Amino acid sequence: MSNYYIYQDMKRCIGCQACEVHCKTKNDVQVGPTLCKIVGVGPRAGNGVPRINFVFMPCFHCEVPWCVSACPTGAMQKRPKDGIVFVEAAKCIGCKDCITACPWGAPQWDPTTGRAIKCDLCKDRLDEGLEPACVTGCTTAALKLISPGESTRLRREAFAKALVEKRFKF
Amino acid sequence: MADSSTKRVFSICAGCTVRCPIEVEVESGAVKHIWGNPHLLGGRYACARGAAQKATYSDSERVQHPMIRDGERGSGRWRKATWDEALDYVANKLKVIVEKYGGESVVLGDRGGPVTDLHKAFIKALGSPNYFNHHASCSSSVHNAHNAMAGQRRNTVAYDWKNCKYCILYARNIVESLATKEVKDFIDARENGMKVVYTDARWTYTAAKSDRFFMLRPGTDYAFNLALINVIVKEELYDKEFVNNWVLGMKELVAFIEPYTPEWAEKETGISAREIKEVAHDLAEAAPAVILNQGWMTARGEDDYYLRRSIYILDALLGAYEAKGGLLFNKNETHCGYKPLRKFAALPPKVDKKRFDGIGWKYKHLSADYGLGQMLPYAILNEDPYPVKAFICYRFDPLSAFPDPEAFKAGLMKLDLLVSVDINYSHTAWVSDVILPESMFLERTDPVIVKGGPKPALWLRRQAVEPRYDSRPKWWIIKQLAERMGIGQYFPYDTAEEMIAWQLQDMGLSLSDFDEKGYVALTKEPILFDRKQSLPFKTPSKKLELVSTMLEDNGIPSFPAYESPKSPPGGHYRLITGKVAVHTQGTSLNNIYLNELQPANKLWINKGEAEKLGLKAGDLVEVSNGDAVERGKLAVTEFIHPEVVYTLHGFGRQVPLQTRAYKKGMRDNTLMKGLLRVTIGGNCPIGDCFVKVRKASTDEKAKD
Repeated sequence: MSNYYIYQDMKRCIGCQACEVHCKTKNDVQVGPTLCKIVGVGPRAGNGVPRINFVFMPCFHCEVPWCVSACPTGAMQKRPKDGIVFVEAAKCIGCKDCITACPWGAPQWDPTTGRAIKCDLCKDRLDEGLEPACVTGCTTAALKLISPGESTRLRREAFAKALVEKRFKF
Repeated sequence: MADSSTKRVFSICAGCTVRCPIEVEVESGAVKHIWGNPHLLGGRYACARGAAQKATYSDSERVQHPMIRDGERGSGRWRKATWDEALDYVANKLKVIVEKYGGESVVLGDRGGPVTDLHKAFIKALGSPNYFNHHASCSSSVHNAHNAMAGQRRNTVAYDWKNCKYCILYARNIVESLATKEVKDFIDARENGMKVVYTDARWTYTAAKSDRFFMLRPGTDYAFNLALINVIVKEELYDKEFVNNWVLGMKELVAFIEPYTPEWAEKETGISAREIKEVAHDLAEAAPAVILNQGWMTARGEDDYYLRRSIYILDALLGAYEAKGGLLFNKNETHCGYKPLRKFAALPPKVDKKRFDGIGWKYKHLSADYGLGQMLPYAILNEDPYPVKAFICYRFDPLSAFPDPEAFKAGLMKLDLLVSVDINYSHTAWVSDVILPESMFLERTDPVIVKGGPKPALWLRRQAVEPRYDSRPKWWIIKQLAERMGIGQYFPYDTAEEMIAWQLQDMGLSLSDFDEKGYVALTKEPILFDRKQSLPFKTPSKKLELVSTMLEDNGIPSFPAYESPKSPPGGHYRLITGKVAVHTQGTSLNNIYLNELQPANKLWINKGEAEKLGLKAGDLVEVSNGDAVERGKLAVTEFIHPEVVYTLHGFGRQVPLQTRAYKKGMRDNTLMKGLLRVTIGGNCPIGDCFVKVRKASTDEKAKD
């Protein structure tokens, strides 16, 4: 089962890309591929101040991961105990089927090794009781490692708060 | 838990000049990861620039060993030297210069900040009054404005973001030009309901996080402030008790402010009178938990000084000094019952000579703490006030930081000795006689520093790994040079441990006190001064002087009439520069991770202006000021003032050994011709740069 979810609080995120660098230095990712990415959407003109949204794009670790189904060698796997989707480098033949299969661009091409690499939620850190590097290093604590259920609770609460603050003036 | 061969070393980052507290994970003697120090930050938060310094450690494109030039200055021909050879070379030349022209003919420049005690001690021991730092290209106008009004430099007060309710950021792009703790506190405060007003000539990520964003013609934020003061004074919204206790010159302020109504400011700024009044009322309601933030890079226009004064006047009127959520005085060792940390710069005898830059005799209202680096080339070329023959450039790159590098370089070329101590090949290092490679921050221990704030502490940059190349720490380089110059007695240590023991001697503390958390807290509880009785303003009157004695004594008006900032001449744009979260001026451009995130800069232009010029996004354009020409890609946006074009500072590196950054993007400061000038605040008028923009001819290549 997919036990983990990286929750991004967009109000706190400042688009500083610290998550990307922490990911790269921790996972020793070469120039080119990025296991997580902040995508800035904006600025959008509307009423008042132009806004930008920074969207954090790691791997979502699908319950039914198409990249795993697509992989012909079994290199792309789902870890049974917690649902983390990862590549076993030794089995990867560089066919890129996982890259084709993933709708969100999560598996990345590593030109230095000729293999696919992807976010494994820093499972080595998780196994040590730590959080993924992107979450630990996030400059403004905008990223949180929580369960999918917890994330929906946080979103609801944030929405409810915003709704009330907008509608009512006390 | 972590592998047994892993150790954690608390230190201070130098990925930029903020100096954030870090925790370095070291595995088998190599840097594994750079995190924030959780004891000081509440988590392991570390920005992109800090985390990326892991790559600097192993970067083969930094200075690997001492180098002596082997050709004309700037020819790029070098020979590898031993430390003895390089230090002897420097010392022998310095001795001849000091003997012939006196100690004052030697100037030392650095970036400033607290880790400069040894630099100051060294130049003083040589008998020279000539220390300066980069601030004339940065925040001198703020420092000097606070000096005149409060009798103290700007960094005697810190901002209490956590408790702030309302802030105005004057082109302070706090979200991108970021300091880890500050931006985290800022985001926390926003989440807790702090309202943010932001003024700038362009939209930034900070604008996106603000409640009100005013896109202003540069310099008219001063008109906005005058109108805020007008409303606050006329409607008597100011903190009467605070003003009665601490502020002098209200009568003159009231008279001065009379014509600057919101209706007047509406015409000048484009902000409606209604909104100006709303902001003034909001400020008064939130006071004293308000921060009117000066920002760091304030070397903008000619009159920047008066904008800075107006910001402090608002802080004073609203009683923000020493108020929760406002401006808190930095406390020091003595406030916590300790004797002060010892300073090496206190050891050599006082130097009673005129400074090279005019401070103290020509410019009596400007502070020698920062100096006027822009005067260095003139002093060298004109031998005015006396011959300047040697420049020691310590971890500092004036040819990148100051405007008009060609003019600056013309002075440097006439020196008898130009020494750079650096980690990277800076533009200045590249034209030096000798480059002495300092160990990067992960490889060295620096002197202990005092971190002020309501809860002062001692911080320490501590060596985490062995130097990768033939580099040396600061304390060693200075000591070695000092011994060769016969002034070794002012540096009473032979090891880093002895240096720190000497510093801590009077405080009853030792190096091992830093082991547990990486810092030593000097107090448990925050220390706040009594707002009624004991605020330590250091003006002659011991008050906040709106009419400054220091200015009046030197014939400088405290309240000159407002002058509208000049618009660019026809066909020109005002060039403004700025920062992003993934780079620190020019020094990070060759970092493998940061270079990947942003390899080049672009020129931003207003959409309507681009249409007028027949330009579109992605075009290769030529930006020029007289014979200074830069080429780069164009970005088109409606969110920049039409009079302005913008680019990121520090790009267009000219040192071929930095292969990733070499000639990528536009070098902004070459366009700033003729701006090595001293304005009333001491800063170069960096923002008074007017450029032309046109499509580059197609046979020229883009630099990214």
